[in-house]
Amino acid sequence: MSSHYEAPIREPLVTGEKSYHDISVDVGAPVLGKANKSWWIVFSIALVAFLWGLGCIIYTISTGIGVWGLNKTIGWAWDITNFVWWVGIGHAGTLISAVLLLFRQKWRMAVNRSAEAMTIFAVVQAGLFPIIHMGRPWLAYWVLPIPNQFGSLWVNFNSPLLWDVFAISTYLSVSLVFWWTGLLPDFAMIRDRAVKPFQKKIYTLLSFGWSGRAKDWQRFEEVSLVLAGLATPLVLSVHTIVSFDFATSVVPGWHSTIFPPYFVAGAIFSGFAMVQTLLIVMRKVSNLEDYITLLHIEYMNKVIILTGGIVSIAYITEYFIGWYSGSSYENYTYLSYGAATGPYWWAFWALITCNFIVPLTLWVKKWRRNIMWTFVVALVINIGMWFERFNIIVVDLSKGRTPSGWTMFSPTFVDIGIFMGTIGFFFVLFLLYARTFPVIAQAEVKTILKSSGERYKRLREAGKSLEGTATDKRTSQKDSFDAIEHEKHSGEIMLLLENVGEFDPTTQKKDHLQEINGIGPKTELHLNDIGIYSYQQISKMTKREYDLFDSISGSLRGRAERDDWAGQAKKLINK
Amino acid sequence: MYKLSGKLKLFSIVLMVLGLVGLTYGFLNTPKTVDDVKEILAAQNSHHEGESALSENDETHKEAFVDQARGEEGYAAAAMEQHEAQMDQEHHGNHLEHVLHQLQTKPWSATLVSAFFFFMIALGALVFYAIQYAAQAGWSPVLFRVMEGITSYLLPGSIIVVLLVILAGTHFYPWQNHELVAEDKILQGKSGFLNFPFFVIRAIVYLLGWNLYRYFSRKNSLNESATDLNPYRKNFKISVFFLIFFIITESLMSWDWFMSMTPHWYSTLFAWYVFASMFVSAITVIALVTIYLKSKGLVSFINDSHLHDLGKFMFAFSIFWTYLWFDQFMLIWYANMPEEVVYFVMRIQEYNLLFFGMLVLNFVFPILILMNSDFKRVPWFIVIAGIAILVGHYIDIYLLVMPSTVGVNYSFGITEIASIAFFLGLFIYVVGTGLSKVNLRPEGNPFIKESEHYHY
Repeated sequence: MSSHYEAPIREPLVTGEKSYHDISVDVGAPVLGKANKSWWIVFSIALVAFLWGLGCIIYTISTGIGVWGLNKTIGWAWDITNFVWWVGIGHAGTLISAVLLLFRQKWRMAVNRSAEAMTIFAVVQAGLFPIIHMGRPWLAYWVLPIPNQFGSLWVNFNSPLLWDVFAISTYLSVSLVFWWTGLLPDFAMIRDRAVKPFQKKIYTLLSFGWSGRAKDWQRFEEVSLVLAGLATPLVLSVHTIVSFDFATSVVPGWHSTIFPPYFVAGAIFSGFAMVQTLLIVMRKVSNLEDYITLLHIEYMNKVIILTGGIVSIAYITEYFIGWYSGSSYENYTYLSYGAATGPYWWAFWALITCNFIVPLTLWVKKWRRNIMWTFVVALVINIGMWFERFNIIVVDLSKGRTPSGWTMFSPTFVDIGIFMGTIGFFFVLFLLYARTFPVIAQAEVKTILKSSGERYKRLREAGKSLEGTATDKRTSQKDSFDAIEHEKHSGEIMLLLENVGEFDPTTQKKDHLQEINGIGPKTELHLNDIGIYSYQQISKMTKREYDLFDSISGSLRGRAERDDWAGQAKKLINK
Repeated sequence: MYKLSGKLKLFSIVLMVLGLVGLTYGFLNTPKTVDDVKEILAAQNSHHEGESALSENDETHKEAFVDQARGEEGYAAAAMEQHEAQMDQEHHGNHLEHVLHQLQTKPWSATLVSAFFFFMIALGALVFYAIQYAAQAGWSPVLFRVMEGITSYLLPGSIIVVLLVILAGTHFYPWQNHELVAEDKILQGKSGFLNFPFFVIRAIVYLLGWNLYRYFSRKNSLNESATDLNPYRKNFKISVFFLIFFIITESLMSWDWFMSMTPHWYSTLFAWYVFASMFVSAITVIALVTIYLKSKGLVSFINDSHLHDLGKFMFAFSIFWTYLWFDQFMLIWYANMPEEVVYFVMRIQEYNLLFFGMLVLNFVFPILILMNSDFKRVPWFIVIAGIAILVGHYIDIYLLVMPSTVGVNYSFGITEIASIAFFLGLFIYVVGTGLSKVNLRPEGNPFIKESEHYHY
């Protein structure tokens, strides 16, 4: 990690008077506590949507793809749009966790866990669509290059659709490993804080025996870095290959070379919009406003501005080069004058409004720091990015090379139902996650608390020492007397030492007082604090000295006499 | 405080003088008439006769371009060129006219390649600098004066490039040939964009925009102080707006200056591909200049970690460049449409070694050398990787310009070397002077302490 020093003009990333213990408590609370009413309401709605979608999927599989709105000209539309939409949403997760890790962005730590979870849940939704579209999903394994005797024909390696199979499954596995690796120390924290035996057992299993040794941390950091290095090219590869699906084969004879980087930027754009949507709600419901601060939201909005800007430039490039090419076919593609004025004009303008015009408002600082407005913009971008994929596919296909085949697409209730179902499924998974997982990478947030926590920044600015600030009354009692206590009992201490004799560290050796039955580690500290270190001193204690000690330490009345410390000490001296 | 040493100054001036001499020779030595071309071709043929097997092949190349994959004469040569060749035959009855035109263009192309190469380093460094400001990066402020030193080349560099593209006329841009446009429907369609006055206006807008940002950002940067955050805030703002301006003008610039050399051909990715080349070269030069200054003991506040980060950027953007190269190549190859593949057919068939060799220099070398984390902290390794990257991207620019302007009649001789010498000399002189002006530690930057404390 980079150094602890941070320029004072940076805003804090953890607000409120947070101690290390507070972080554990706040992050553990949603998992260890009970769900509130609003959680159950949202969960039920999501579950209903999911079940409705499941019904539509069963209907599709048992009846056939004919129940969808596809036709001969537009042979894929709704399903592939949803597929790309979900895969795109899955991008912010790995970007936040991997790319921002490589860039050492401290703000990633509060949002990466949920973003990664979102990635995995979104990719699960995405994967459903190609599988359902196969018509016979039980033969889905035919997309793998397996020998012919298993029933398939050898796969077509020339097809980007096959590359997708590899790209997305690799992406899913690496994202999953990355997610889990980061979770280990946090699962261990929940394990250590859990009281219910069953809960403790589960989190013990999940945390893979994390012990928190220095070695664990060292390996943890190494693995995180290696995985980040692996995941970064994957962010690019997945959407690059998705873009190849369209750049090579949507309309024969038409393609655009800018698709790969533009799709990647678009995916990150939509992914961050979804992260905003989820986190704005979650920080409120789970009381995490001190960790997912306004600053985090602003930073994510800045990423949205950046990726949205790249996407806008790509739109302009597409539109301009379409005209520049001088090819009349270009006027039928999704970013052209023909599309803007044709039968799909509404889809064209929905795209431009949602992805270009509305996000422009985020350039104004006041608006990008407005949580409600950010939420609205995030939703609008989600819609816009859905339209982008819809337009690329449907608008392009609707006017192919043969005008006699020109047609429109309209979805059936099954199309819409399955889409709604995946949204429901996604939220079911996410809500379950929010109740069972540490939703903030608390171990990592703790590493930046001193450099970026509000309390520490303030202390540093005031020129005060940070010594002792990490302690928390609930977890650490001081093992020795406070200076004040010492002061209060100074008379008694003097008297006591007069009777038992002073300890001279230059000539005498400190004895292991815990050998005496009845003296534990704490009592030994107390004795040392007073100035008693040796068996010699203890052996001189009588009833009077015992009482003095009891009154100084404020406990154990009569215990020392009962255990006969002096007698025991004498025996130990003679040993 | 750095001072451009007398030795280095002399060296750069000698380079410039030699370069100028070589360039003058190159421009004066072009064939003037068709007869000259005949002589040159004859000399080439007699030279090649000794080389038996190759000679026949080469001869056909020089006579008329043949797409070997398709086996059709002239078909896949840039649609433009084919057209030109036809015109030549119709109007002048001779293919030699065409060769004459290309040979006359050669010194122009050679000059543009080097001029643009060094100019894009300055522009790329300026973009990197703007990104550091816009991102409020904490690691890089110690490098700001180094970057500003490199961007001081922007003003002379950009003026020379703009003059070149404006003066080159039909040497570079067939769409400025009215006779040609009169017969070409597609070019007529583009004339709303590809016309000389608009072309000049655009070039001047880029020139002004880039240089104004450089001027004001430098001014604000020098005014920064620990007590007054205003210059810093101003720089943050103008950097953001510069980046918007840049992403648009960079696209237009690449279309204007390079893509329109073959005005029928188009690729939407093209502009970003040029950007990748520009950016990685600039970061490399920032690293090299930093290492140079560090070896002189002038920038003790720049530590290994800063070098490590520059190395990471060199590594990352080498991969990014390759990614864009592959995307553009793969999609055009996959679609295999005649009007698009011409671009790659010419380059693969006629510039094979350079075209694929460039991939080794720009991708294989950096990825192997810079993969190891420790190597990125060793100046020696960064220098090796940096030289490979710079040579590779020089070839990249060469391959943007040469195949589109001189076709098969390319070579690497006195003119090319002279142009490199001239612009390298100018670059060293201007950047060295630029670095000498102020203290290399940007004292007033609000992140300077964070940047100095930076370790990884």
